[in-house]
Amino acid sequence: MTFAVIRFGGSNCDLDVYHVLNDVLGAPTDLVWYKDPVGEYDGIVIPGGFSYGDYLRAGAIAARTPIMNSVKQFASVGKPVLGICNGFQILVESGLLSGALSTNEYPKFCCKWVDLRIEKTDTTFTSKFKKGEVVRMPIAHKEGNFFADSDTLKSMNLHQRVAFRYVDSEGDATASANPNGSVENIAGVVNKTGNVLGMMPHPERASESVLGGDDGFRIFESMVEYVDRL
Amino acid sequence: MKYSAEITVQLKPGILDPEGATIQRALAHLGYSVESVGTAKKLLIELEASDIDEARGALDGMCEKLLANPVVHDYSIEIQ
Repeated sequence: MTFAVIRFGGSNCDLDVYHVLNDVLGAPTDLVWYKDPVGEYDGIVIPGGFSYGDYLRAGAIAARTPIMNSVKQFASVGKPVLGICNGFQILVESGLLSGALSTNEYPKFCCKWVDLRIEKTDTTFTSKFKKGEVVRMPIAHKEGNFFADSDTLKSMNLHQRVAFRYVDSEGDATASANPNGSVENIAGVVNKTGNVLGMMPHPERASESVLGGDDGFRIFESMVEYVDRL
Repeated sequence: MKYSAEITVQLKPGILDPEGATIQRALAHLGYSVESVGTAKKLLIELEASDIDEARGALDGMCEKLLANPVVHDYSIEIQ
């Protein structure tokens, strides 16, 4: 079992994800340059950062590099693909996930810990959580305002494709708990088959208690367990 | 033929434009009360094409595939 962390020009959370997978979890992991092949790996993580300087739109350029065709093929056979922050932006820009991520409602970079409610546990990445559980992870972004038109949202809710919502400490998805203006407080979504997850919060920054919390670790544990069972 | 095109990419009506809203508030601080401010991105493209239809076709393709995000954007193309 080997995982790939894809690096684009401007990726900057690649080493953090590598550390969690390889060193903390003990799952062999390679850092893979975007010009190199990924088809043989067992899971792919697209880490955060500012790929191509966020030129045009966050994630737009990276989403159109040839490696993303391989990632689409990889996802279509049920293998896990996780996009974190800029990785989430790349996944929506590439069409692997629904919706769009645009500028925060308060248009500044927002860096803080947030509470998230687990909406779905039957995915490749959330099996180690309980439905409705409130967990903490940090966010750090300026373009994390999730948008989808009302028909898309209806379908996403109907087919349970929302993985996490921003909530207050009571677990309620209130306006004041929403850090970026995302529609219906959406913080992370999955594809139809649950093997592609995009999320704005950074689980790799919440994977060791010395960092202030380790709730994010279960995302990686769930993914590794899923691959183990395949 | 060489053509020059101006492509304008802007948010669809009804989609939050936080940058526009911030500029509107800054204008208000200066005493300019305006009803709304919207922001857009303008791309200036020069290209070779055999005629204007071919140029427009290519530019449309660029907007659909990369320059605009159809989930949130409208775009317009002006060719000279």
